[in-house]
Amino acid sequence: MSNLTRRLLLTPSVISLLLWMIVPLGMTLYFSFMRYNLLYPERFGFTGLLNYEFFLTDPAIWPSVLNTLLLVGFVVIITCILGITFAVLLQSPFRGRGIARVMLISPFFIMPTVNALIWENLFLNPVYGLFAFISTSLGLPVIEWLSELPLFSIIMMVTWQWTPFALLIFMTSLQSIDKEQIEAAEIDGASEWNKFVYLTIPHLLRPIAIVVMIQTIFHLSLFAEIFVTTSGGPGYQSTNVAFLIFAQALMQFDAGIASAGGVFAIILANVVAIFLIRQVGKSLML
Amino acid sequence: MSKLDFKNFFDLRVTIIWIITLVYFFPIFWMFLTSIKTEMQSISIPPLLFFEPTLENFFIVQERTNYLKYAFNSIVTSVCSTILGLLIAIPAAYSFAFAPSKYTRDILLWMLSTKMMPAVGVLMPIYLITQKLGLLDTQLALIIIFAMMNLPIMIWMLFSYFREIPKEILEAVRIDGASTYQQIRNIVLPLSWGGLTSTALLSIVLSWNEAFWSINLTADDAGTLTALVASFSKPEGLYWAKLSAVSVMSCGPIIVLGWFTQKQLVRGLTFGAVK
Repeated sequence: MSNLTRRLLLTPSVISLLLWMIVPLGMTLYFSFMRYNLLYPERFGFTGLLNYEFFLTDPAIWPSVLNTLLLVGFVVIITCILGITFAVLLQSPFRGRGIARVMLISPFFIMPTVNALIWENLFLNPVYGLFAFISTSLGLPVIEWLSELPLFSIIMMVTWQWTPFALLIFMTSLQSIDKEQIEAAEIDGASEWNKFVYLTIPHLLRPIAIVVMIQTIFHLSLFAEIFVTTSGGPGYQSTNVAFLIFAQALMQFDAGIASAGGVFAIILANVVAIFLIRQVGKSLML
Repeated sequence: MSKLDFKNFFDLRVTIIWIITLVYFFPIFWMFLTSIKTEMQSISIPPLLFFEPTLENFFIVQERTNYLKYAFNSIVTSVCSTILGLLIAIPAAYSFAFAPSKYTRDILLWMLSTKMMPAVGVLMPIYLITQKLGLLDTQLALIIIFAMMNLPIMIWMLFSYFREIPKEILEAVRIDGASTYQQIRNIVLPLSWGGLTSTALLSIVLSWNEAFWSINLTADDAGTLTALVASFSKPEGLYWAKLSAVSVMSCGPIIVLGWFTQKQLVRGLTFGAVK
């Protein structure tokens, strides 16, 4: 194939992705140095690092960075543990395995907004929610989940939705595990635990890397769940960086500060991601 | 003796699995159950498992919120963005798979890295560009954004499918004088039909469930189902049955689609790196 043809084939995708990346990125960078409130566009002008100063001295900034990292960290770890557990349990056949698998995977296809609202109301509502009913029946105190444990509640919702994703990938990967190796280990008298630690886990390392990377990309900018349930509250207890910027942009109409926040979010995402994508990118290309 | 032990272990494992499965699936079951209750039944204590089902919530939701309009928007945006994405991704994946250069790897990784840009980081510019172009609250804006959002994944995924087509076949038809278009049309696409379908399905699922841009860039005209559901986040009196109904109506189609395509989705989500 000629070089020209190759270039023609690549042009649409490269150009469109370049535009999709460079233009907004450039604008975000530009606005981040400008005084720019959407309500008073006539006051537009250069303001140096003032937007960054505002954003970085906002009392919500460090709690929200911490929340972002906690959210990503806990969700990724819990989904991996649960995903591996479920995948190992489902590994050998039993009656109705197909149905169990379909049921376990279903939460992944639920919209984030639906996921959050169903949990908030049907389950976590302190008066009529199912959790409150269970607590009361057991004689335990009723927890007001979203005001007492807001971040935990959101981690719970996201974990429920994303464990199926981890399961899906681990399950697929386990299908290709070397059966002869396992049989050999069994003949040598390896216990279930030893087989798990020395055969299953090493086999899953690469899928784990992928699960971690993809989830990190998604959860660093987690938004919908917070937007429809806690709105970041109470206080800043469930505000993450994405939601903080959203609040600056669309609630206070301050495009300048929101853009400074955007730059901050991009840097944060890339610091976390550079490491991950390098590692995983290598294993993806073989 | 040892056989018996094994059998016991086996049964215990199966029991545990079913308990976990039922608990795990329960929220979806409960959502469905609540959607066919009356509002009074939906908040009853103790919660009702058996009752006379009603379909009235579905009609009320349609009447009050014009559900069908939002559903139509969701269908149009997810299908059109998928078609647009495929049109751009297929030639690129073809070139990466059959005419790799020394830059192929770098370009592919760069494309993937565009996914590292958090949406919220470019909220302001995208909002303003959309506004300037008069595209706020239009389906077109969402179609373009969804296509761009999913493009890297689609290219990676198609690339991983195309890579499996034997190069000799293409060389043979090339010698016979087939143009690039003919090669793609007559050889590559038919041979990777399964991969093409799963790429399209994954893109539809991701677009259907996309929440950030749909919530921030649409209002009444182009709102999708995610935005419709988000509008239920401000409670108004008794509304759990209606909330559940709108949730079932919004997730139903995509859950069913997901059931049928679970195996192919793995491949898409992992860019073929896990088999």
